Amino acid sequence: MGRYLIRRVLQFIPVFFGATFLLFALVFVMPGDPIRALSGDKPLEPAVIEALQERYNLDKPFYQQYAIYITNVMKGDFGTDFRGRPVSDIMKTSLPITVRLALLAFAFEVVIGLTAGVIAGVRKGKFFDSLVLISTLIVIAIPIFVLGFMAQIVFGLKLGWFPISGYRDGIYSLLLPAMVLASLSLAYIARLARTSLVENLRADYVRTAKAKGLSTKRVIGIHTLRNSLIPVATYLAVDLGALMGGAIITETIFNLPGLGRAVFDATRSQEGTVVIGIATFLVIVYMIANLLVDVLYGILDPRIRYE
Amino acid sequence: MKTNVISEADLKLGRYRIDPEAPLLEVEDLHVEFRIEDGIVKAVNGLAYTLGKGETLAVLGESGSGKSVSHHAIMGILDTPPGYVTKGSVKFRGVELLAPHKKTGTLDHVVPEIRGTRVAMVFQDALTALNPVFTVGWQIGEMFRVHEGLSRKAAKQRAIEMMDRVKIPSAKERVNSYPHEFSGGMRQRVMIAMALSLDPEVIIADEPTTALDVTVQSQIMDLLKELQQDTGMGLVLITHDLAVVAEVADSVVVMYAGRRMEKGGIEEIFHSAAHPYTLGLMKSIARPDVHLERLEPIMGSPPDLLDIPPGCPFHPRCEYVIDRCRVEIPELYAIDEHHSSACFRWQEVQIHV
Ligand SMILES: Nc1ncnc2c1ncn2[C@@H]1O[C@H](COP(=O)(O)OP(=O)(O)OP(=O)(O)O)[C@@H](O)[C@H]1O
Ligand SMILES: [Mg+2]
Repeated sequence: MGRYLIRRVLQFIPVFFGATFLLFALVFVMPGDPIRALSGDKPLEPAVIEALQERYNLDKPFYQQYAIYITNVMKGDFGTDFRGRPVSDIMKTSLPITVRLALLAFAFEVVIGLTAGVIAGVRKGKFFDSLVLISTLIVIAIPIFVLGFMAQIVFGLKLGWFPISGYRDGIYSLLLPAMVLASLSLAYIARLARTSLVENLRADYVRTAKAKGLSTKRVIGIHTLRNSLIPVATYLAVDLGALMGGAIITETIFNLPGLGRAVFDATRSQEGTVVIGIATFLVIVYMIANLLVDVLYGILDPRIRYE
Repeated sequence: MKTNVISEADLKLGRYRIDPEAPLLEVEDLHVEFRIEDGIVKAVNGLAYTLGKGETLAVLGESGSGKSVSHHAIMGILDTPPGYVTKGSVKFRGVELLAPHKKTGTLDHVVPEIRGTRVAMVFQDALTALNPVFTVGWQIGEMFRVHEGLSRKAAKQRAIEMMDRVKIPSAKERVNSYPHEFSGGMRQRVMIAMALSLDPEVIIADEPTTALDVTVQSQIMDLLKELQQDTGMGLVLITHDLAVVAEVADSVVVMYAGRRMEKGGIEEIFHSAAHPYTLGLMKSIARPDVHLERLEPIMGSPPDLLDIPPGCPFHPRCEYVIDRCRVEIPELYAIDEHHSSACFRWQEVQIHV
């Protein structure tokens, strides 16, 4: 297990370089001139442009720019945006909001998705089961931005239950966006939990558990659930990474100053360093989430061996 | 051997009237069906037998003849829906286990207290029948924790004792292993240890050795036989294996299409079978006492349980078929005290043996 972990962490290195290089290349070929975009309608003096280009290394060839950037990142310096604000500062202010949003969405997925899925599985073919199957299908079919705007209009504007946008009310203003962010995975989790439970209820070991004279509660709640949760738990772990990065649309719709919004804004104003900085951070979060999945899998299923 | 007195364990069944004189298990006219989309699968159609103390009863029959399903019904672990007990009676030491459901009229198993404690079951494939994510010690110990309220630690200690009892080497070290870490034979011993843990009076073993290779098979059967002699429990042995039947069984019930075709002592079934189906089975499966030049499978195939032919269900495959067989279900003819056959022509069949 220890050696497996070390090997997995070492695998982070090429993925890190590959991902940053790719991001860098993509930003490099983005159309338009960031410095001109910065200045708006009023043209800048050629001398100013030159100075800016030199300061941000935009005059150097691509591979050299990449080398400089990576060296700085290794030193913990993610660079600055064109207004001179360090990228790490941008991350520091926006990350907590995204983390809160993701954790809240995660909690919705676990509590609502898992519960609905388990109950549907136990009552397979009954009304509640059909309700879960149909409503999750609807959620999966509707694109998230449609869902987001709908929620905003209905619960924010018409009913006035939740703030429509912004982050003025703290956690309270995150509730509706978190629900929207969670909706898709929540639907998947409910379905996955249901299918997995139904499948496991047919397994031989369930019959054995019944033959041991155990109560139905114990047969389902301990023997069956423990096995059914293996795929659900691993999906949840992957999703935790996805939630962090997937908040772009939600944060934009609800105007939340999180990481997703920062990336979105930076892309629009062609702030390459910001885009790359945040995206690289998200890549790392993804990799850790994936490692977590594999470790979790081994803990939940003793038949898995690490090599 | 247990004597015919009410034991301490019986007192736990206080609300039921245990009859110390009654046989361990009396099954009468048991009917089980599966109500599925395509129709009604009539899996068990009138099984009956009696199991006495210390007795070993073999239930023999082709695949699909309802051996497992009938015993799931007896244990009260039938998959409902789609499976329902529609008729019949199962008594454990005189206590009726089945009672009609208020609304549906099907029969429910209403004495959960005996499940696992007084009547235990050993399943065929221990790899799938044991829970893959819990250690064997946890799974055996669960019997003690749930039924006797023992602590985790005490239960584990008892699990080790049980593993010793079924001769699993170095039980103390292996108690924390998972099922997949054992060999097939050892895994089956774990199943047996689990079934035996609360000293049940009846063990139903559903093809306990089918998944194992031959040498391990006989080890497991020897173990079961030995444990039975120690405890005096009754053993219902569901099997295809005539060698096993010959070695350990006292009597045999032959099942076909969920019906009892013939019942008798081991001698009678092997040497004076009175049903064409039993004869067919004897010729189609390897038997230990007679060397057959070649095995002759019974011609035709088992009936479609969704649409069992009228009359004797075996008639389309039977060499002895007469017109009467096609319309009338033969009753069970008593040949002698312990031997009976559901065939109109049992006398002729018996002569041909
Ligand atoms: N859940 C179910 N739904 C529909 N039919 C079923 C179901 N379970 C069992 N059956 C049917 O009941 C019949 C009896 O099955 P059973 O498992 O008792 O056979 P068996 O005698 O134990 O055979 P084997 O020797 O293969 O174990 C089979 O024809 C099977 O198709
Ligand atoms: Mg079977």
